Amino acid sequence: MSERSARVLTPWEVFIRPRRGLAHQHVGSVHGADADMALANARDLYTRRGETVSVWVVRSDSVHAASPSEKDPFFSNAAHKPYRYPEHYIPLNEESGHDG
Amino acid sequence: MTAEPTAEDTDLAEYVLRLGDDALVLCQRLCALVTRAPTIEEDLALANIALDLLGHARTLLAYSGTLDGTGRGEDELAYHRTERQFRSALLMELVPGDFAVTIARQLVYAHYSRLLWSALEKSSDATLAAFGARASREVEYHQMHADQWTVRLGRGTAESRRRMQAGLDLVWPYAAELFERDALVDRLDAAGTAVAPARLREEWEREVAAVLDEARLTLPKPAWQATGGRDGLHTEAFAPLFAEFRSVRLQYPGGTW
Repeated sequence: MSERSARVLTPWEVFIRPRRGLAHQHVGSVHGADADMALANARDLYTRRGETVSVWVVRSDSVHAASPSEKDPFFSNAAHKPYRYPEHYIPLNEESGHDG
Repeated sequence: MTAEPTAEDTDLAEYVLRLGDDALVLCQRLCALVTRAPTIEEDLALANIALDLLGHARTLLAYSGTLDGTGRGEDELAYHRTERQFRSALLMELVPGDFAVTIARQLVYAHYSRLLWSALEKSSDATLAAFGARASREVEYHQMHADQWTVRLGRGTAESRRRMQAGLDLVWPYAAELFERDALVDRLDAAGTAVAPARLREEWEREVAAVLDEARLTLPKPAWQATGGRDGLHTEAFAPLFAEFRSVRLQYPGGTW
């Protein structure tokens, strides 16, 4: 793969839906000069094994992502909140007697 | 022991061998491009296509070996014939100068083979009909791949356009051989077993012309026509290709993985 062509091709993110009833999942990225090429490349790279019902490609620069430097303001509010997990309630129920 | 084959089986064995050898030799040409394609994604795309063709070659060669009464398996036919015994069209062994030549050949072969395999779905021979049904769906993707690249290169830069047109001009005289008719094909066609490829030519030209039109490329003018592959008369390019193809087999006779 030559340097030159790699610079002309833009990256695309690939999403695959493995079965009906499941959501598309991000599986990786490919290069492509246009949407058709990206889709063909995604087909060749990511659908070689097993059933696939749908493939999406999205230009990587269309993905708006949270910056790693903003990790704390974005995600720290989820920390120290064990009551958001169902497991939290099992010992509580066992202590006081669930049906008691 | 295998029984003496009927005349029709002998005909069919030869016909199937031609088609199998086409797939085998083109497969080898495409495999050799892995790590040489413009991008790593394209390496994989060509390898995937080559793998489909290998599957076709295996089925067809194995079938030919059962029809001709010799009982030769797919490997025996692939590795242990002489050059003169290969029946592939000269188009397949053509040395790809650049990526555009590869795409031009894929365009020619993918449209031809899709039409052929689709038509063979109606063959009175059950094995060929089943093969046609499976293979026609696979080459549909090969056709899509070739069409997209032809349009992309044709409408790309001045240089990509020049190369794509040059690739088409180079490949065109070799396309004629795919549609050749001879007594064998005519006999099988009349029996409903095979399809005389000459019957597919008009539709093939219409399809390919539509792609070239979209790509803003020029349909090459009819010039000389390649011939000889079906009689085992190959070009100089065949010997190195065949030597490389069977090198591992010769180094490790009977080796399995």
